[in-house]
Amino acid sequence: MKVGLFVTCLVDLSRPGIGFAALKLLEGAGCEVVVPGSQTCCGQPGYNSGGREVAKALARKVLAEFRDCDYVVAPSGSCSGQMKVATVHDLFKGEPDLPEFEKLAAKWHELSQFLVDVLKVDKVPGRFDGTVTYHDSCSGLRELGVKMQPRYLLQMAGAKVAEMDGAERCCGFGGTFSIKLGDISTRMCENKCESIRATGAGAIVGGDLGCLLNIEGRLRRTGDRETKVLHFAQVIAGEG
Amino acid sequence: MQIQSMFFKQRATEKLGDALLQGNMKKAKGKFVDGRARAVAEFGVWEELRTHAAMIRDRALANLDAYLVEFERNATRRGAVVHWAESAEDACRIIVDIATRNGVKKVAKSKSMVSEEVNLNERLEEAGIQVVETDLGEYILQLAKEPPSHIVAPAVHKSKEQVAELFVQAHGKPRLTEIPAMTREAREALRDHFLTADMGISGSNFVIAETGTTLTVTNEGNADMVTTLPRIHCVITGIEKVIGTFEDFASLIRLLPRSAIGQTITNYLTLTTGLKMPGDADGPEQMHIVLVDAGRTKLVGSDLQEMLRCIRCGACMNHCPVYQNVGGHAYGWVYPGPMGSILTPVYVGLENAGDLPNAATFCGECAVACPVKIPLPDLMRKLREQQFDRKLRPWAERMAIAGWSFMATRPALYALFAKVGARVGSWLGGREGLIHSLPGIDGWTKGRDMPAPQGRTFRELYKQKSREHG
Repeated sequence: MKVGLFVTCLVDLSRPGIGFAALKLLEGAGCEVVVPGSQTCCGQPGYNSGGREVAKALARKVLAEFRDCDYVVAPSGSCSGQMKVATVHDLFKGEPDLPEFEKLAAKWHELSQFLVDVLKVDKVPGRFDGTVTYHDSCSGLRELGVKMQPRYLLQMAGAKVAEMDGAERCCGFGGTFSIKLGDISTRMCENKCESIRATGAGAIVGGDLGCLLNIEGRLRRTGDRETKVLHFAQVIAGEG
Repeated sequence: MQIQSMFFKQRATEKLGDALLQGNMKKAKGKFVDGRARAVAEFGVWEELRTHAAMIRDRALANLDAYLVEFERNATRRGAVVHWAESAEDACRIIVDIATRNGVKKVAKSKSMVSEEVNLNERLEEAGIQVVETDLGEYILQLAKEPPSHIVAPAVHKSKEQVAELFVQAHGKPRLTEIPAMTREAREALRDHFLTADMGISGSNFVIAETGTTLTVTNEGNADMVTTLPRIHCVITGIEKVIGTFEDFASLIRLLPRSAIGQTITNYLTLTTGLKMPGDADGPEQMHIVLVDAGRTKLVGSDLQEMLRCIRCGACMNHCPVYQNVGGHAYGWVYPGPMGSILTPVYVGLENAGDLPNAATFCGECAVACPVKIPLPDLMRKLREQQFDRKLRPWAERMAIAGWSFMATRPALYALFAKVGARVGSWLGGREGLIHSLPGIDGWTKGRDMPAPQGRTFRELYKQKSREHG
């Protein structure tokens, strides 16, 4: 089974460890993993800034890069939403390449959904002794239905999941929103951090690096150097 | 209402610093969101009803011309006069004319957002006519000389104490502390206005084509008074409010109060069909219905048409994390929250409301909450596309997107920049790995650190590992 790993531009630039954690998990589950070297970005920043054409150009690029794979997996609900939902329901609706994108969408999976729903893993390499709280990223949750899968995986690694109030609430990241409307974004993030603190968990875990950088940035700015901010892949791969 | 939508960003920042408002908004949030969630859970077949309601609204919009003419025919048959207002000015002119022609001195109004949209109160007052808002929230705001901040609960931004203070000033009575007593005092003040008004003005939640009926949902019964007591009743509403049949109404009314505040039904449903007829105990001698376009037909047939499905329940703003934090006044015009972020740019011009389509993280909560399935984030994105195409966003932002697009489509160049970026970022982050401020992303770094890259990109490291492992 040939699985293409879509690393995501943020992981590539900022937290390569998440990419390696994903790689370890997939290989550990018996997948033959390929990482096309020319991949850059799914196109969502352009798409959500009104740049439809560049979003389409990048979607076509991703399609070409992963055409030969049986599955494509990304450690992000947001990028996965772009490739599974935006392409099919909007960008290529009514266009000749739609069937190609439908095929890509069908074989594309967010990492936790792939591990739990497709591979049906029942053990993970990592061990995490302690309490974590999980932030549901908006795209993964509302576009793809990622909810129980990461929690299930975290529990497999031995972590105790303490639910925060408003886990499904947006953290305020929103891509370029976090810069364009920084004050509102910061307040939304502060609300999220309040919920995180209230759980007393030693780590806040999520499935999208954008949200995690946002949350980490606010926690650190407000003086919290202790709470770990981790992608679930790092925790369950034993690299947290 | 004066258009301030171009100042969203500044106004939002002000509101974030307003501790009193923040407290008031927090209190309101739970009531709306939890109330709706409970009502939806009890209902059981909510998704089916939403789908059905979206279909009802789409059918009405597809047949808008025919339904409106049918409505006019049926309303006219019952003695009402239907007026067509192409613009906000037309709507005001028509109503001021009716009032002056009939020697109206005082108007009692029930809640109407369209009247806010067209500045009706100001125009009537300029013509020397007294206007009294009789919806409790609107009454409070009239005393405070403020516009509404929410389309269903207009005074949601005010605390009980702020209202008590307004009442002391307006009513000249001892300060009250309990809401029921305050409500009683307002009722007493309003009672006289109901009885002495020459004209009642109401909005209309829906207008029903097959019967020529207009209808208003309220929790206070004030619309019953406004539509029956004064000798003239004038309805002002948008042309998109038309629906085909009473049965359509029966479906929509199951959604509206549940979505708005989790009520199964509002305390009052005021349905008005024509004039006082022989044998009727009450009813107006004249009934005028002013159907307002003011930009709505621009949406018909456009890629934003789905916005016209809106039944003004307010669920999108109640669930919006941006609205919850900044309140309705930040949006700078009549309609706040996600629905306002679409309607305001359309009605007052995208160039006058540039931040509004961008005032969203696309978290999707509004789209999930919308009872008529308006894909609000998608429509905001359409407006962003228009801004992009018309070059309406700031130069620096456009250049950033252009630069990013150029590189992201050129893998070798992108890889090089990512390599450099990872190294520079790591250096900027120092030992703690945190960037405290960075020109260009100060919107981020003002309130947050930027966790720094770690020196090497994933693809560099991956390539290296692959080489090592042969």
